[in-house]
Amino acid sequence: MSDPQKPSISRRGFLKAASVTAASTLVESVHAVAKEANEASRGPRTSGPGLVPIVLHVNGIAHSLTVEPRLTLAEALRDSLGLTGTKVVCDRGSCSACTIWLDKLPTLSCMTLAIDVGSRNITTIEGIATGSQLHPVQAAFVKHDAMQCGFCTPGMVMSCVALLDRNPSPTLDDVKHAVSGNLCRCGTYPKVFAATLEVAQGRKLVNPIISANREKGA
Amino acid sequence: MESEVLDPQQAKSRQEGVKGESAPVRAAEKKDSAASTPQATRTDNFLFGIPQLGVTQVARQVPLNEPPPMPANADLKYIGKPTPRYDGAAKVTGAGKYTADIHLPGMLYAYMVGATVPHARVIAVDVSAAERSPGVRAVHVIQHVLGNAELRDPAKEAPSTYPIVRYFGQPVAAVAATSQAAANDAAALIKVTYDPMPFVVHRDAARASDAPLVYPGPADQAGTAGGGGGPANVPQVGNVHGPSKKKIGDVSKGFAEADVVVEGEYFTQIQTHSALETHGVVADWKPDELTVYASTQGTSSVRDEFAAYFKLPKTKVRVITEYMGGGFGAKFGAGNEGVVAASLSRKANAPVRLMLDRRQEHIVSNRPDSHQKLKIGAKSDGTLTAIQLTSYGTAGVGTGAGTAGPATNMYKCPNLLTEEYDVFVNAGPGAAMRAPGHPQGCFALEQAIDELAEKLKIDPLAYREKIDDSPARKVERQIILEKTNWRNRRPPGADNGPIKRGIGISQSVWYRFVNMNSSCEVRISKDGSVELMSAVQDLGTGTKTVLAQVVAEEFGIPPQDVVIRIGDTRYPIGPDSGGSITMGSITPAARNAAHQAKQQFLAAIAPGLGVPAEQLVLLDGRLVVASDKSRSYTLRQAAAKMPTDEISARATRVAEYTKDRLTYGGVDYVELAVDTETGRVHVERVFGVHDCGRPMNPLGVVSQINGGILQGISYALFEQRIMDPGKGSMLNANLESYKIIGAREIPEIEVVLIENYIAQSSTDAAGIGESAGVIALAAAIANAFYNATGVRMRSLPMTPQHVLTALGKADRETHV
Repeated sequence: MSDPQKPSISRRGFLKAASVTAASTLVESVHAVAKEANEASRGPRTSGPGLVPIVLHVNGIAHSLTVEPRLTLAEALRDSLGLTGTKVVCDRGSCSACTIWLDKLPTLSCMTLAIDVGSRNITTIEGIATGSQLHPVQAAFVKHDAMQCGFCTPGMVMSCVALLDRNPSPTLDDVKHAVSGNLCRCGTYPKVFAATLEVAQGRKLVNPIISANREKGA
Repeated sequence: MESEVLDPQQAKSRQEGVKGESAPVRAAEKKDSAASTPQATRTDNFLFGIPQLGVTQVARQVPLNEPPPMPANADLKYIGKPTPRYDGAAKVTGAGKYTADIHLPGMLYAYMVGATVPHARVIAVDVSAAERSPGVRAVHVIQHVLGNAELRDPAKEAPSTYPIVRYFGQPVAAVAATSQAAANDAAALIKVTYDPMPFVVHRDAARASDAPLVYPGPADQAGTAGGGGGPANVPQVGNVHGPSKKKIGDVSKGFAEADVVVEGEYFTQIQTHSALETHGVVADWKPDELTVYASTQGTSSVRDEFAAYFKLPKTKVRVITEYMGGGFGAKFGAGNEGVVAASLSRKANAPVRLMLDRRQEHIVSNRPDSHQKLKIGAKSDGTLTAIQLTSYGTAGVGTGAGTAGPATNMYKCPNLLTEEYDVFVNAGPGAAMRAPGHPQGCFALEQAIDELAEKLKIDPLAYREKIDDSPARKVERQIILEKTNWRNRRPPGADNGPIKRGIGISQSVWYRFVNMNSSCEVRISKDGSVELMSAVQDLGTGTKTVLAQVVAEEFGIPPQDVVIRIGDTRYPIGPDSGGSITMGSITPAARNAAHQAKQQFLAAIAPGLGVPAEQLVLLDGRLVVASDKSRSYTLRQAAAKMPTDEISARATRVAEYTKDRLTYGGVDYVELAVDTETGRVHVERVFGVHDCGRPMNPLGVVSQINGGILQGISYALFEQRIMDPGKGSMLNANLESYKIIGAREIPEIEVVLIENYIAQSSTDAAGIGESAGVIALAAAIANAFYNATGVRMRSLPMTPQHVLTALGKADRETHV
């Protein structure tokens, strides 16, 4: 008997349809799949089984790496680049703890192969704050105590910041939808909702005209 | 205050250090009784009581060097005030390093191979191919499995070279390699030859007289540092281990006196801990010291178990837990993964990281299930006359499935008989899980109390008012009455349409346990900076934040100006965090250390300032001369007068001021809707009122109660381990088909904390982890379900299948 109880589904097979998090809308996921299909159609590409040289653009910095083709983006970020803010919890796309952005689109890094990222810009939790200045969503998470053990927190922050970028005036239901893929075992959801809504509310107060226009226009 | 009912048998077993509820609880009991050496004391007057009922003063004898009694929260600057998490910024930026994030130079990655059969003798383990696999640096075959029960008489079983496999996934061997992928590849090459044995994975099947035997004779779960475990040396017939009995008075006499009797059977399922960070360590075996980064609830318990297992002095084992991704009771001691990682590290002469994968995490620990028969008798005026509980539960290959805590301790009753049985099955061992036994027991008890109230034609809340004289519960019920829709509660099944709404409540009960292994050191440096050190860990419960508040209060500086260094066994010993022990155990040590350090500091600088130390006061970040307010200094200016570069004081937990046994609890109120066509239950609103002594950081306490409430809903509605009876494996050992509550299912939650001054320590703090909603929610939901539909839900989880069955709309009920 030699089965070490590894999941039998291959990452690659799962990848194309499943790498976009539940945080994204259907439209966005259609775009993402289309984009990947586009990139793939530019020419035949064979990788591996040997090491493959790649460049990852992470938080504005280009990193040259040589990786096994099967290495996930989560592993590349955590183990190769030491960016351990991105967490791996389920390692199969069910919990969103590993959420990063590919060109601003929330994406599951455990379901994305490092070699498939290409030239897209990767943003991780380490790239959200500006120096020592927390992003308003991060500051609101701290203020509201929207965390306990903190293991889901980076993924939650990535989902909530992305939500406010695409929808500056979310409803409670919008926030619930945005983090509906982010599992938290400590049960911090109510405070995640409150923190995110407070940031949206605060921005609206700062610039009510822009917010109102966006509500009407989009 | 209420006192916990303990029968002599239980008290004795606790003294002997036999597994009762969980290891930390046991440790606390032992240390508590040992800590009564006579010493010089003084009498102080302490606040006592609950503000809503009137706070009075009570005199206590306290050791001479105790700090003065702490004023009420309203009169404090930092304690009792909502305080943002000490490590909040580190958590929201991803900067905090958890065990899974530790990367040491030359570190190897490991993977453990689990058994692919549920019950077997291992004939051979062939690791030759694994050893040749690229990148492999060490292979280890497990010689002794931790966590399983052990035969009382090992001669009942023929000797075996390898541990007998008793559950699917039981660790067999492991590989360390230069990458995780290389380790996983090599692990797949390990060939294990089994001689399979018959197996059983379900509780009811295992109780049958002809069921396959999990153990060929009586077995008890060895006392590891971990949770779980049950009473030893009780009878065992087949797979049925017990009963463990508690007896007060005579229940037959009590039932004879009863005018009304309710009786019911209740079923609860197996729940897995599902902490987001799996169990795991980074072990670095060096000739002079073993260093272990561990995802643990007890740095000291991990150190002790490593030292014992590898026969090392405790001084040569260092355990570090700076950030920890959740435990909920499952993470104490070295664990199989810890022993394996350290063994691999020793063989490979390199640090080894071994984190369980998600499947393994689901298998290695769980909250046991239950089948309870509960009978309660009362007189026509409601007075309880008898409570009788028989429960069967399985903790897999372990023990600890008892559920009698609530029946024994929630309400006073002159006649009580509880009989708890563990049923062995071929599945992973149970472990302590947030209020062990209590959500199960409460699910039965609080529904029975509601049934009794209905038979007696008394409002269920008013009925609890009659049978429960706990002052805290009285205040909590009153707040529920004032702040919720309870008074507008309608008769059962009042809605005519398919969506039926209802309201229910349940109470909870937990106990004040104190671990005397709680020490802190507080240091002041000559630049005025202040730091605290202790081995105690922060699981996400906010320990660091509260320690900062405590030191801040003594020094009159903001909490963010205090540096907290915890989670390292090189610091003074700290308690393991289980059973809501931490807050009540460590904060008095922190305050006493801070107070003593401050006294030393003031005495040391007084000569330089030319005033007596008694004239010096630390207030709002400044040192003020009481007799001359114009003379004030920053802490930094004052510290510059220190004759040495550092002043420090260390304090250890002082015994409780009295021997009273205290309980805590809350009352949780639920509004829900039942869709009687789909069988789905939607919890719409939860209102919880809770007591944890003096609330130290209301912001963090509310977070924990939110979490307890949500875990309680998740337990009541969604979570369920499903075993394959044909293969013996867990079918849903993942996070997509083992459903835990998500954002879409979160109701509106409101939490109210009451202050309860108990005059027991220099802080009066208490933990909230156990009583925080997780105990009461399933029962409150079930009572609300009854109010909505007129039907009793006696099975968990309340999945559409169970709901439709209970409503008579589905044919068959299954208890998985």
